[in-house]
Amino acid sequence: MEDITITIIDREDVSHELVIPADMGLNLMELCKASELPVAGICGGMAMCGSCQVYVLSSTELPPPSNDEIAMLDQLFYVEDNSRLGCQIKLNATIDGLKVKLAPEQ
Amino acid sequence: MERFKTDILIIGAGPCGLFTVFEAGLLKLQCHLVDALPTIGGQLSEIYPKKPIYDIPGYPSILAEELAANLMKQIEPFKPSFTLGERAEQITKLPSGHFEMKTNKNTIIEAPVVAIAGGLGCFEPRKPTIENIVDFEDKGVDYIIKDPEKFRNKKIVIAGGGDSALDWSIYLSDIALEVVMIHRRTEFRGAPESVSKVGELVESGKIRLITEAEVTGLKGEHILESVEIQRTNQEPLILNTDYFIPLFGLTPKLGPIADWGLNLDKNAIVVNTLDYSTNVEGIYAIGDINTYEGKLKLILCGFHEATLMVQSAYRIIHSGKKPGFKYTTVTGISGIE
Repeated sequence: MEDITITIIDREDVSHELVIPADMGLNLMELCKASELPVAGICGGMAMCGSCQVYVLSSTELPPPSNDEIAMLDQLFYVEDNSRLGCQIKLNATIDGLKVKLAPEQ
Repeated sequence: MERFKTDILIIGAGPCGLFTVFEAGLLKLQCHLVDALPTIGGQLSEIYPKKPIYDIPGYPSILAEELAANLMKQIEPFKPSFTLGERAEQITKLPSGHFEMKTNKNTIIEAPVVAIAGGLGCFEPRKPTIENIVDFEDKGVDYIIKDPEKFRNKKIVIAGGGDSALDWSIYLSDIALEVVMIHRRTEFRGAPESVSKVGELVESGKIRLITEAEVTGLKGEHILESVEIQRTNQEPLILNTDYFIPLFGLTPKLGPIADWGLNLDKNAIVVNTLDYSTNVEGIYAIGDINTYEGKLKLILCGFHEATLMVQSAYRIIHSGKKPGFKYTTVTGISGIE
């Protein structure tokens, strides 16, 4: 299996380029936590806390948000048109090159 | 000012705190629970009540809210007492060796053992990022509605697009002089009945709805007098109002527990896995709030931690005496009178 590269810009504007196997079965929130980036992931990935909000900076094509994700984004602050919840972004070969920035803490 | 005295003071009425009452009850220890939320269940009730949980032993699937209700039933014989809607604030050690814990409403609970089952911390309202919002808290800005009568014949502005914003707007449209709802989007994500009810009330003029808008400024001499509203592609709007009620849900914060002198690691309390004791003798931490090597944040692990913890707590309460160990299949459950 090939490796994919995900770039995450933290809240201090430091860029972290992470190279990971494409088949780890992780989502972006879990990757952030495993990489010790400051993402709380309070609800554990149920799209219910919004602590993993990111802004998608690359033109990577992502699956559209589920109703749960849209409902959560409706409640959060600092939401932009490119906001997504990290926990709802599955890491696999199709999103190689994804670049995101962590949204401010709620 | 209320005062309670108990054997084990449990901070947090989530699954782990509730099950502690059961295990303590088997050892004839009385418990008092404190929770910042007005309801029991912690995350089960606040974050995911309608989600099925699949890893509770013996339940192929159980809804979070059902698990909370079952736990309440399971601990009933042990008659725990509760202080809900109050945040654990301060802890002091008395000359007797007991702890005295004070809540933010000055309720005092005395106990020889404290079990912190605080989960993610206290759930606090999400506050919009308006520069001077703190200056108007309790002076026209309310994040939680405790007494709706307060708003009788007043002008109120409610912000938010979820169920609580919808439900309160409906409820208060009968009480308040004027209800204005501010929502960032055009559509609402709440329960369909509430959304259509709000639609009707907007039609009939009982609610004024401003969408694609956000409250960005607050003004007033000593108390809130007006709010500034920014609208997409439109001029900003100034509305005179008595109250501004932002309802954007709750988010957990570790809160005052962080200052209790306990060893912390990344916002979690470090414990000894022998008995889940902290660095302060008599204070234990169980469930999502603790950390140790190999920690998994699972309800079932929290139940295990609670069980071992009360064995150790018993020794503190009964000056070193070891608790007797009996299976519930042998002895049954005898409650606390």
